[in-house]
Amino acid sequence: MALRGVLRAGEVAIRVMDMKAARQHYGDRMGLHEMMTDDTGRVYYKAWDEHDHHSIVLREADSPGMDYFAFKVFDDATLTTLEQKLEAFGLQVERIEAGVYPKSGRRIQFVLPSGHTMQLYAHKEQVGNTLGLVNPGVVPDEGVIRGFRINRLDHLLLGGGHLDENVRLFTEVFDFDLGEKLVDHESGASLAVFLSCSTKPHDIAFVLQPQQNKFHHVSFLLESAHDVIKAADMIGKYRIPVDVGPNRHGVTRGATIYFFDPSGNRNEVFAEGYVHYPDTPTLVWDTRELGQATFSQDNTPRESFLTVLT
Amino acid sequence: MTETDDHRCDVARCVDTTRADAPLRHMVTVLDTQESFACRSDESLLAGMVRLGKRGIPVGCRGGGCGVCRIEVVRGDYVRHKMSAAHVDATDLSNHRVLACRIVPAGDLEIRVLGRMAQHVCAPPATDSAG
Repeated sequence: MALRGVLRAGEVAIRVMDMKAARQHYGDRMGLHEMMTDDTGRVYYKAWDEHDHHSIVLREADSPGMDYFAFKVFDDATLTTLEQKLEAFGLQVERIEAGVYPKSGRRIQFVLPSGHTMQLYAHKEQVGNTLGLVNPGVVPDEGVIRGFRINRLDHLLLGGGHLDENVRLFTEVFDFDLGEKLVDHESGASLAVFLSCSTKPHDIAFVLQPQQNKFHHVSFLLESAHDVIKAADMIGKYRIPVDVGPNRHGVTRGATIYFFDPSGNRNEVFAEGYVHYPDTPTLVWDTRELGQATFSQDNTPRESFLTVLT
Repeated sequence: MTETDDHRCDVARCVDTTRADAPLRHMVTVLDTQESFACRSDESLLAGMVRLGKRGIPVGCRGGGCGVCRIEVVRGDYVRHKMSAAHVDATDLSNHRVLACRIVPAGDLEIRVLGRMAQHVCAPPATDSAG
């Protein structure tokens, strides 16, 4: 299968407590492009190099966290097939008509064993990346790439229980690969699982948490580890709360910095990592190397990284 | 000073935050340990608390979202910014149980530490000595 099923994380809907502060964070600071505000007040963003209309949706609410996330699939027939496979797996699937979600074709929605609401869709209006499609060149006009210089939404990490059931769902129904996992050395129990539907080290991950349906972070792809350092400069300049300063993950080998939006939702900017193929064996880390698995440049686990979620 | 139970209000006990003069320094006493620290009127209670020097003060998201820095203000005035209703409900607010990262002192305060905060603040002082 050459990327003809589930394509990528295409939309994450995040709750914020103060939209004005959130717009400054996601727009002015991170440099995402604000695309529209709908009649319920939700604000929609895209990263510059995404062709689809939006990938981040912000909703003002009295508690932070994630409402739902959505993966884009290759075509409508894939949606039909996956609906049948999901029901055969035992999940209840809700159909959502085209247009209910702005700029979007029909969707299907279901709840994962970890408690998260997930959607799939095949169509979203494409607006391009400003370069055009014929002789596009390579660099957009000044000001299109800005802020933290985010190229695109990359992945998300969610907290909850039943990780092995999630793995079974993503591998059996969605044809993901289990790229890596972190297990308890004594019991062998899964503590975190990293799943890929592409050549990236992960497209979604789940971490074991005592509560269902928790949001750990949404991650954005930068072009290079150098851009991660430049993002860190901006994060320091604007006093954005940092969870973990520039480092490299053992899992995925990605260069990273973790920070929080003004409502306490964790964000990551991320670059590099290895190339994954469907025949790449699953890499396993255990709790003897928890420090290196999480942050490989100082081999030090962070309590806040493992316990602070929204 | 006025009080309000409206948790959607940004200013819990109303003070003028627009004045241009230098920030004030207020003394905050942790009743559980009788320790005190100075906290500026332009920084969060949590930021001041971190200067207590205790190891493991739970510094989470600093945006009122994760709920690790719960405290109770027993006495004194403060400005309250938005915090997650998943961690602080209306009853909590009316009892001045709040998240330290999202309140700013408007006078001297007496506080108690709650939850994960209490486990760390009330722990005996950490020592680096071997043994």
